[in-house]
Amino acid sequence: MSTALSSLDPSAALTDSDERRGGTGTLRFVLAKVGGALVSLVLVITLGFLLFRALPGDPLATRVRDRPTDPQQRAALAASMGLDKPLPEQFLTYFKDLITRGDMGNSVAQSRPVIDMIGERVWPTVLLVGTATLLAVVLGVWLGVRSAWKRDSFFDRANTGIALTLWSVPQFWLGLLLLVYTSGLFPSRGMHSPGTPPGFWSQTVDVAHHLALPCLTLLAVFYAQYMLIMRSSLIGEMNADYLTTARAKGLRDDLVRKRHAVPNALLPTVTLVFLQFGLVVSGSVSVEAVFSWPGLGLLTYDALKGPDYPVLQGVFIVLTGSVVTMNLFAELLYRVLDPRVRAA
Amino acid sequence: MVRISGRRLGAAVLAGMLAAAPFAAPAQAQQGKTLRVALLTGIDHLNPFTAELLAATQVGRLNYEFLTLPSAENAQPTGGIAESWSASDDKLTWTYKIRPNMKWSDGKPLTAKDAAFTFTKMLTDATARTANGSYVTNFDTVTAADDATLVIKTKTPQATMTALDVPIVPEHIWAPIADLKDPKTDTMDVVGVGSGPYVLTEYKPNEFVKFKANKDYWRGAPKVDSVQLLKFSDAEAAVNALKQNEVDVINRLTPTQFDALKGQPGITTSEAPGRRYNEISFNHGVTTVDNKPLGNGNPALKDIKLRKALAQAIDPQTIVDRVMAGHGKVGTGVVPTAYSTYHWQPAAGELAKFDLAAAGAALDAAGYAKGPDGVRTVPGGGKLELRLAGHSSRPFDQRTAEYIKGWFKDIGVTITPELVSDEELNDRTSAGNYDLAISGYSTSPDPDYALSLQTCAQRPNAEGKGGSTDNFFCDAEYEELYKQQLVEFDPAKRADLVKKAQARLASQVVNVVLDYDNVLEAYRSDNFSSFTKQPQPEGAILEQMGYWGYYGATPASGQAASSGDNGSGGGSNTGLWIGIGAVVLIVLVGGGVILAKRGKSADDRE
Repeated sequence: MSTALSSLDPSAALTDSDERRGGTGTLRFVLAKVGGALVSLVLVITLGFLLFRALPGDPLATRVRDRPTDPQQRAALAASMGLDKPLPEQFLTYFKDLITRGDMGNSVAQSRPVIDMIGERVWPTVLLVGTATLLAVVLGVWLGVRSAWKRDSFFDRANTGIALTLWSVPQFWLGLLLLVYTSGLFPSRGMHSPGTPPGFWSQTVDVAHHLALPCLTLLAVFYAQYMLIMRSSLIGEMNADYLTTARAKGLRDDLVRKRHAVPNALLPTVTLVFLQFGLVVSGSVSVEAVFSWPGLGLLTYDALKGPDYPVLQGVFIVLTGSVVTMNLFAELLYRVLDPRVRAA
Repeated sequence: MVRISGRRLGAAVLAGMLAAAPFAAPAQAQQGKTLRVALLTGIDHLNPFTAELLAATQVGRLNYEFLTLPSAENAQPTGGIAESWSASDDKLTWTYKIRPNMKWSDGKPLTAKDAAFTFTKMLTDATARTANGSYVTNFDTVTAADDATLVIKTKTPQATMTALDVPIVPEHIWAPIADLKDPKTDTMDVVGVGSGPYVLTEYKPNEFVKFKANKDYWRGAPKVDSVQLLKFSDAEAAVNALKQNEVDVINRLTPTQFDALKGQPGITTSEAPGRRYNEISFNHGVTTVDNKPLGNGNPALKDIKLRKALAQAIDPQTIVDRVMAGHGKVGTGVVPTAYSTYHWQPAAGELAKFDLAAAGAALDAAGYAKGPDGVRTVPGGGKLELRLAGHSSRPFDQRTAEYIKGWFKDIGVTITPELVSDEELNDRTSAGNYDLAISGYSTSPDPDYALSLQTCAQRPNAEGKGGSTDNFFCDAEYEELYKQQLVEFDPAKRADLVKKAQARLASQVVNVVLDYDNVLEAYRSDNFSSFTKQPQPEGAILEQMGYWGYYGATPASGQAASSGDNGSGGGSNTGLWIGIGAVVLIVLVGGGVILAKRGKSADDRE
């Protein structure tokens, strides 16, 4: 996280020598960033392969536990999982299949293609964490602006206090509390009720109904960071001369804030939003577990018991891949958003 | 301007989510009587050839009738697709008489040819052997002499011929499928045709499985109209769902959850002897499958006198009473009391009773003298200090370790509990890197599996891999008893051999079986009055060998059951909720419009 943040630091971009060469400089800048992202991805694949093999546990032993097998069957099972080959050979096979066919192998626990398992889990997570992040950004920025504008007022203190409290609460605990105290108003598991008619609207309403509690849990935990960053960066702008000028023009306080102060204070928040969007896919393991939400977080949690190497590797690639992609996107967009970066 | 439209969007999303609540409640209402079961384990496949996980095999048991299956009463073989069966004198040829006039749920006749197809497919296609291959490895040929007669020839006598836990599939659906790994074998086009008490109708991976009652089921239609298996990944959330009447049955409760549910209105708890045993495993100088020493166990434990004394200082009754809160049975052999035919109950004096003084005296006599600090020394040097490995995730292990530490301290043996993750513990025990370990296995109704875990061939290789052993036991006398029971077809004689094998294992003190966990379940008795348990009268409801619990589910009479089906949000509340939803919607949309207007007028004024 810290390296990602520093690479997004405008001052780092300012000192980049490529910046000074005009049109071809932009192309070179884009190519360099894309190339860097690709190198990161290859490292991620390698690291993912080695990292999970350092975990304790034997996938074969986990699979045959509490199940009658003889030594021949176990040997055949190990061969079918590719566990009988030396590690470098396993890695080469894995890498080749991944690059040429997009094949991430089969899950050890479920003997299904990993890519299918990830495919069916990605959208529930994007829906849940994406919705929660969007709402958290809107709520956090709105509250942050108001808190900063009325700094040290009762509203500001209450607001900051509540946000920090919720930010520190364990997600699973908050989720369980909501589940128990809203008893019966919202479904307690999954994304769909089995009894729902198949029409588009009834299904959408059903999913929204299931989404409410886990989304509320994540929203409560997420919004504090946007609020605090927005608040502090707006406070930093509040004594700026241009605000005095705007007031001197006779603008209403509302408009001074809206037109002049907020746009200038928004940049750190944008940075944070992009970083968080990269993490949207990784979801939230504990909230998904409490609400049995069929997303990637839950898949990871289940795969760690075992351990289910192919699933862990696949999820790792997808998650880090999305962070790398969003970082790349943010770096490129920064040139568009911030005139200072472009001009330099 | 941007900010205001953002606010509008937020308001609309929030309003939508709040408004969804009242309308979704009636959508949950179900037609007829539904049995909703909380599922705490995963489903890998619906395809019965590749479905390996416990919950997935249960799906197969509801959807497909077996040739024969363990009865509800006492788990002895009873008829399914086969009406009757007989074996030749050499026990190599088995002839099954198929029940006449059976039908698949699509109306096509179910004959001996379907059964022959199923087994032949397993013999010829390796993928078809994924889940239940162990039943057919000894098969020679499987033929349908005619529609009513199935003949199976085996290479050597096989004891499990009346307990083949293999779902029989319809040939007309499965014969055209070339690749059993094809994802479409998990879809309703393929698995939607069955012969069991319930037939699959819908599957959302990682969320739920739906069945409808098979009205043409040969035993008669079930008393409920549909079954839903609802996946929960959090046990507390599942318990909460039972309390809120979102599910009807739940199992795998912890003693704490179980006791908390006792006496709750509308809920009945159910306790049954279970199939899992917990044990303390001693590292008695363990070896690989090639008889080479393995791991870093304390060599003192090679002394059977020491192991005997330590075993005498462990009190299973206290473990059951204090750690299990009474929800278990005191352990003896590796076959639990739930399988009473094969369970070994030692004669008086055969197993030493818990007695700390006697254990201390035995250690004195064996030369383990107490030092000045109260800790004994091993003859030939070193203090008697042992590690006790266990699962950090299990409260059972944490509390058991504390008790054992206390008892052993009393007899002058120092214990260091080392509670680690499940995976780490597996790594340590399979590599022999432990002194004492808290372990346990789930057994099957046939004692072969529990006994096989203690045989020489199940020990791992030099890397600690490829094995499936419980205690690294390898003993000539035990091996002989194990082999004899495998080929013994007389039930009484086989039971005797199985008990003798357990007695032999216990006499070598490579482990101490602490207890057999009870199965802890609970159900909404305001929705369902009873379930068929296995075995009777006090067996489990859900995880049975067969489908009896689901098939025998009897809805409670009167209004309670039908209103319960709607969940707590149904009925008279609906109007109220629609009203609240509408008010919230109006307030939020109206508020958004007013704010937008205010913003606009401010713009105009500038």
